[in-house]
Amino acid sequence: MRLRGRVWKYGDHVDTDAIIPARYLNVSTAEALAPHCMEDIDPTFAAQVKEGDMIVAGENFGCGSSREHAPLAIKGAGVSGVVACSFARIFYRNAINVGLPILESAEAAAGVESGQELEVDLEAGEIQNLVTGETWRAEPYPPFMMGIIRAGGLVPYTRRNLVAGQGTAVVEGRGNV
Amino acid sequence: MGYTLSEKILAAHAGLAAARAGQFVDVAVDIVLSNDITAPIAIREFEELGVERVFDPERVVMVPDHFAPNKDIASAEQCRRVREFARAQGLRHYFEVGRMGIEHVLLPEQGLVVPGDVIVGADSHTCTYGALGAFATGMGSTDIAVAMATGRTWMRVPETIHISYHGSLQPYVGGKDLILYTLGQIGVDGARYQTIEFAGPVLEALSMDGRLTMANMAIEGGAKAGLFAVDERTRAYLDGRAARPWQAYQADDDAVYVRRLEIDVAQIEPQVAFPHLPENARAVSEAGEIVIDQVVIGSCTNGRLEDLRVAAAILRGRQVHANVRCIVIPGSQQVYLDAAREGLLEAFVTAGAAVSTPTCGPCLGGYMGVLAAGERAVSTTNRNFRGRMGHPDSQVYLASPAVAAASAVAGKIAHPASFDGQRDEEKAL
Repeated sequence: MRLRGRVWKYGDHVDTDAIIPARYLNVSTAEALAPHCMEDIDPTFAAQVKEGDMIVAGENFGCGSSREHAPLAIKGAGVSGVVACSFARIFYRNAINVGLPILESAEAAAGVESGQELEVDLEAGEIQNLVTGETWRAEPYPPFMMGIIRAGGLVPYTRRNLVAGQGTAVVEGRGNV
Repeated sequence: MGYTLSEKILAAHAGLAAARAGQFVDVAVDIVLSNDITAPIAIREFEELGVERVFDPERVVMVPDHFAPNKDIASAEQCRRVREFARAQGLRHYFEVGRMGIEHVLLPEQGLVVPGDVIVGADSHTCTYGALGAFATGMGSTDIAVAMATGRTWMRVPETIHISYHGSLQPYVGGKDLILYTLGQIGVDGARYQTIEFAGPVLEALSMDGRLTMANMAIEGGAKAGLFAVDERTRAYLDGRAARPWQAYQADDDAVYVRRLEIDVAQIEPQVAFPHLPENARAVSEAGEIVIDQVVIGSCTNGRLEDLRVAAAILRGRQVHANVRCIVIPGSQQVYLDAAREGLLEAFVTAGAAVSTPTCGPCLGGYMGVLAAGERAVSTTNRNFRGRMGHPDSQVYLASPAVAAASAVAGKIAHPASFDGQRDEEKAL
């Protein structure tokens, strides 16, 4: 799975109130939320973002509320993936669960500017800056999480496990997620 | 080598003899919680799973509290969706307006949280229940949908930071000041992916309401959970309240912690967290001249009876400053009733404050106190992110009920001790 798009770069601690302000949480579809994505920190974003564009950010992206509306709004806006130095824990799970690709790489986050073109090979965890040619490798996903990503999110993954009689998600191993 | 509280509780719920930080485990959950903002997505995903019934209608809890009582038509539709699902599934613990509260005030109060539980909630402040020795953590709606269907979820066993508090508390310093100060020390991602174990002699003497306030804000340090050991105070709180039998776990003396912090509380003044991060904590005496427009006293952080008592003690017999709107929100119907019986509500209304029915409303800029551009608020809530309580150019200063009440009277950020000695009964405080 390859992602390619123009970069929107932000700083550290981009919180979920910045990604989707709570005043819009009286609706819950990606389509309805997308026009307000990033509204309070970047009023130009929602109007100018193009299908496939990527968000690149610093530490602790998605901190704050558990609202799944945040990755939904980003996905609804057409963003193909998010690269950050680190993600807040709940946002990380939510993004995987709703099928929004996210990658952790402090080097990539530092080596990319707004407006530059980025290409990501999700399976290989490879991030390339198409302007400078620099390439970085992201933290790999634990195997069962790659299974969730391949299935298209937690719901199709669990549905498959339920059909197989396993009842719930199968998890094993150790990791830094 | 011993085990932390998190490792013990998660191992037990995974059916394992032991579990170590870093390990992925599949755990049984005791309570699955959602609210009127997060449940509609959880219900949608639950239906998408093709499962007909929740795993246990006694253990799936829904509380319409964020935009309830319904703030607009869209919110009314969301609340209706939750209500209809709760009825169709026969959920025992669905709490309707007039019988509800802010979820994290309500669940402990109703005895639905007991020590040793694993609780997952589609609300980041689910970590509040760590005050009772439960491993409780916030998740998104899809995780909650799967937990509602299967009664299980996956977790990565978190590393633990051990924070111990010792020394004597200054007057007017409580749980809120301790957690704001701690966030100032570790930062908003200082405990990311980790558990905080709160410990030490100061916390042994801290009330349950104060502990709930501290555990509530563990997430503001990025923590997955914030846990207190079970002690006599916990047992007293649970007496006649706990809805289920429970088991207390204890961290081993030789448990492995990633970090240990010792905090001497003697140096800690009442705190104020400046915009726009909870880690921007300062001593109130160093706040400078910050003129304010609004004060909010309430929320899942500070909407309990003790919080209202502290605020009422300062507001009683005084007047809210002419340029300030002071909004008091008891955290549950029970807190509201108790506050009424104790005369606290009368003190608030007489002082010129508005008293609201329980709701999360203003904390997240929903309604019941949204800020205009350029306005400043002192709030006992938990987040002061840009735009959190309204306009992106408004500002939120986080503080305790004592600082909030003093500031409401002064019209600017004020130390509660600035009113000391002005009235006889205050000397007893």
